[in-house]
Amino acid sequence: MSPHATYVVIGAGQAAGRAVEAMRGEGFEGRIVLVGTEDHLPYERPLLSKQLLTGEYEPERTYLHDQAFYDEHRIELRLGTSALDIDREARTVRLSDGDALRYDKLLLTTGARVRRLSSPGANLPGIHYLRDISDALAIRTHFAEGASLVIVGGGYVGLEAAAAAASRGCRVTVLEMAPLVMNRVVAPDVSRFYEAVHRDHGVDIRTGAAVEGFAGDDRVEAVLYGDGGSIPADFVVVGVGIEAEATLADTAGLPVDNGIVVDEYGRTEDSAIFAAGDVANHPNPLLGRRVRLESWQNAQNQAINTARAMCGKLEPYAEIPWFWSNQYDLNLQLVGLPETWDQLVVRGDMADHKFSVFYLADGRVVAANGVNSPRDVRVARMFMEQNICPDPAALSDPDTPLKSLLTS
Amino acid sequence: MSENNNWHLVATTSEVLVDEPKAVKIGEHNVAIYNVDGAYYATDDICTHEYASLCEGFIDGDIVECPLHAGQFYIPTGKAMSPPVTEDLRTFKVKVEGDDIFVEVT
Repeated sequence: MSPHATYVVIGAGQAAGRAVEAMRGEGFEGRIVLVGTEDHLPYERPLLSKQLLTGEYEPERTYLHDQAFYDEHRIELRLGTSALDIDREARTVRLSDGDALRYDKLLLTTGARVRRLSSPGANLPGIHYLRDISDALAIRTHFAEGASLVIVGGGYVGLEAAAAAASRGCRVTVLEMAPLVMNRVVAPDVSRFYEAVHRDHGVDIRTGAAVEGFAGDDRVEAVLYGDGGSIPADFVVVGVGIEAEATLADTAGLPVDNGIVVDEYGRTEDSAIFAAGDVANHPNPLLGRRVRLESWQNAQNQAINTARAMCGKLEPYAEIPWFWSNQYDLNLQLVGLPETWDQLVVRGDMADHKFSVFYLADGRVVAANGVNSPRDVRVARMFMEQNICPDPAALSDPDTPLKSLLTS
Repeated sequence: MSENNNWHLVATTSEVLVDEPKAVKIGEHNVAIYNVDGAYYATDDICTHEYASLCEGFIDGDIVECPLHAGQFYIPTGKAMSPPVTEDLRTFKVKVEGDDIFVEVT
């Protein structure tokens, strides 16, 4: 690690903020330049669909570090600036402000972009997506008592936005194409539990409802769905997923396949270029397959791991994927990415709004969902890390401490 | 109990389990009481990163892990040990008289 080396980071999100912190933590003394399209300091996105949307927080509360941190650690910020292309031969990145940065090592934390709808009327004003701080600020200006909001997509983002809007007095309808909300990520009983909670808060959830288009002259006035359904809307929020923002890597000729392909250290096939966070398609040795994760955990820890690798400290990144969603007074946590299972074990009573569900495959825990049960989920992660086969009867008994099953 | 009135009776020893710290409110302070193999400690209960009760978190020996984002603190000193937490927890003096646990808040 030469003190004269330059490390350039493209994309100034959570992964970037944690990576530059880790580079200094590893003793890298050289130049660090952080390039980001948004004008904001690196921030944590989970707050955008929650406290930032309700107005409880302002943007600064989402920042990982304040300006003083970057000054103190001599991290040059080039915000409001995009990277146009990478010249791998010359090891330079050309920027939108006309500058070209020479790098010794380059970290791509370009993240993800929202998936956009192409249905008729999808470009009408009043239709919003939620990815950046500016999106959240634009959406919340519509929040008002009695305002009609239609949300397209019943995933984490859609349901969190629904909870935030309902708490601000909006009349909210959620349209989900699949038969169940959060269909890909939680057990069916957990889906149904969340539907019921939203209905208790006055949110109209319609599943099996595919959006056909949007009606309105100057701005959106209604959302059309299914066979002739129509719902009036003062504004619309679309949350139908994100896709890796790998254009820069792709045009530079780096392998891209559902994200930038990296190894367990975050290295691309170019020894000077690394990738981390939402954009990185990386091998997970605990799951035995490649994954690209859109999560807070991965944005932090895989980025730290990659930054350390850039500093010469090579350790394979290996963590059980972990996610959460906060809606109303419910904290949902999930571990694992279950592909198949043969048994679901419920611990606790759903009526108490505090329970967990364990997914078993051949007796092994392969995933868990916990509602207001973070400790259960934490132990489930240990079951998975240690390949433990807990007795299902004990697992379902809230009087049996889960930790006591770690030795089974 | 004690000669100065900064000491507060917060719990009995049987109420504070090794894997389940006890959350108490002392005046304005949310305080977590821990039992680390029979030694009792007290820190702020609210994580220094985001709003979460550490008493809902996972205990690994003398480490408490925040239930929301898994930031870790060393219980005896409140020291922040791993990302995302960087700011230490405030700690409080604890004394045990018989089965009663007292915490000093000044």
